[in-house]
Amino acid sequence: MTLPVRTFDAIVVGAGGSGLRAALELSRAGLRVAVLTKVFPTRSHTVAAQGGVAAPLANSGEDNWHWHMYDTVKGSDYLGDQDAIEYMCRRAVEVVVELEHMGMPFDRLENGKIYQRPFGGHTQDYGSAKMAMRACAAADRTGHAMLHTLYQQNVHANTQFFVEWMALDLIRDADGDVLGVTALEMETGEAVVFHAKATLLATGGAGRIFAASTNAFINTGDGLGMAARAGIPLQDMEFWQFHPTGVHGAGVLITEGVRGEGGYLLNKNGERFMERYAPNAKDLASRDVVSRAMTTEIKEGRGCGPDADHVMLKLDHLGAEVINQRLPGIREIAIKFANADPIRESIPVVPTVHYQMGGVPANYLGEVVAPAQGDPEAVVRGLYAAGECSCVSVHGANRLGTNSLLDLLVFGKSSGEQMVKAIRESPVAHKPLPKDAADRSQARLARLDAARSGERVAELSSDLRRTMQAHCGVFRFPELLSEGVEKMKALAARAERSFIDDKSKVFNTARIEALELDNLVETAMSTAVSAEARKESRGAQSRSDFAERDDANWLKHSLWYKAGNRLDYKPVHLKPLSVDSFEPKVRTY
Amino acid sequence: MDRLRHDRLKWKCRRGLLELDLVLERFVQREGKTLSEGDVAMLGELLDQPDNDLWDLVIGRSDRVDARLRGILARLRAC
Repeated sequence: MTLPVRTFDAIVVGAGGSGLRAALELSRAGLRVAVLTKVFPTRSHTVAAQGGVAAPLANSGEDNWHWHMYDTVKGSDYLGDQDAIEYMCRRAVEVVVELEHMGMPFDRLENGKIYQRPFGGHTQDYGSAKMAMRACAAADRTGHAMLHTLYQQNVHANTQFFVEWMALDLIRDADGDVLGVTALEMETGEAVVFHAKATLLATGGAGRIFAASTNAFINTGDGLGMAARAGIPLQDMEFWQFHPTGVHGAGVLITEGVRGEGGYLLNKNGERFMERYAPNAKDLASRDVVSRAMTTEIKEGRGCGPDADHVMLKLDHLGAEVINQRLPGIREIAIKFANADPIRESIPVVPTVHYQMGGVPANYLGEVVAPAQGDPEAVVRGLYAAGECSCVSVHGANRLGTNSLLDLLVFGKSSGEQMVKAIRESPVAHKPLPKDAADRSQARLARLDAARSGERVAELSSDLRRTMQAHCGVFRFPELLSEGVEKMKALAARAERSFIDDKSKVFNTARIEALELDNLVETAMSTAVSAEARKESRGAQSRSDFAERDDANWLKHSLWYKAGNRLDYKPVHLKPLSVDSFEPKVRTY
Repeated sequence: MDRLRHDRLKWKCRRGLLELDLVLERFVQREGKTLSEGDVAMLGELLDQPDNDLWDLVIGRSDRVDARLRGILARLRAC
């Protein structure tokens, strides 16, 4: 059966910060743009970003892009590509000021300039003890304000939104060029071909592959699955940033501010265990140190609860007044999600996944790149990626706070600009669609429709999340990693027999969740395989058997391919665009 | 509630904030079957709010909501 075809100049998959920023660039250039999104644009996960967006505006003290660049390179544990990092830091002021002019309600100084505050890892003068005032915020709702501002601008620019549409697969022709996507309209349950000269993946992170995750339910790695199935590798997928204190069983974040105010962690013996791991900083040690200590306590049998699978965050000693006044919302979160009133009792917490540093490999112009004919970074014509689903790579092995919203703006814009340029330089007519354009998607849908028995989607998803949590968490052990890879292989085989009872077409969420599961499987598999293979600790990858960073052997990017479940590697760009390289050094704060 | 209305409501409950995903999932599981058409319409109005505003309503940090919607909000708050 042939599917209906809709033709546009450009397709943007995902309507979070990066997708909206790119779409704006395309619509303003007068091009016909379709933005496909599973949920209404302002309900994208970008709304959850609180902290701010980094830009060296120097409104509240000296600052410049060189310092910001140094902090980002060091923060990445030297895995970040220094050309891309220079590019991002040099364009930061421009994209933030642009957003200000679009009406973004930034907090202000008395002189009317954007107020800026310090944030972890951002320093003055190349890592001096003095913090840089670099984070621009709109109260604790920066992501929310950004998303709403960009959405309004897109409405004004006549961007066409396809809301409650799920993109299924990329369309590639015999030359390997990407000519659009297939997508499912939830309302009708029908699949449609979107034919375009340029396609952007902007589908966000895939934190739902872990049982303990701060990510919203929509974060299922749809763009990663699409890329992997189309033969494009996924880069650096072993690197996931964890936050030490997510509510056990829910994932909702308990801010670091709780420990800043004097809250501390206890194991099942009531011991304040951080005193053993970090005698000075104790519970205020850096995120990775605290997360590793918690995991060690749990692994060695000192976890709390019937399954000994979490530790407790104690703050009742702070008193009701401090909790209510200085930690707004924390009491409500604890009561709602842990059934514990922190004024009287401790909150069960576990290290919780928060941000995906890896993704679809792209250069700083947003072009997706993959090894071909001896070039480790040949451009995949027609395909672009931006935001958390991409790996540019500016965050390397570890992201600094407030650099994620900057990443959205800079690379959303640069990919939009590059798409405009490519479309203008292309022939007037679209390249013809291959005959098999929709075969993969149709086969996936037909299998689900035909299956009379098989594995339940909810059960598979839950098994996948538990496997990843147990085997590929914040602190990684060799035997657990190799078992995890085997378990993921078994799970992927089971997922090929996924099954739904209700075959209805019209607005069938079970069908959507079955299709999302395919994307979770690709993401989880790439993570497990890449993590098992990387025999070092760097940034967010922390192994018990290889505790040190190993630049001699591992200063390189991982590339995971779905076909053959195999890995390849490519060099890190150590050479910036215009300045001297920052040579790898031991990372201390 | 029939399958189609249930699924439409369930999808409107897919949010940008995990906190809301969790509360709304619980609500639909607990009360989904007994919601009247009027309830669903009013819940729909609440769900049209931006995520952060809706979260403030759910945890009681804000009460800025039309009087008609207070009943359904109270049920949501109890989840």
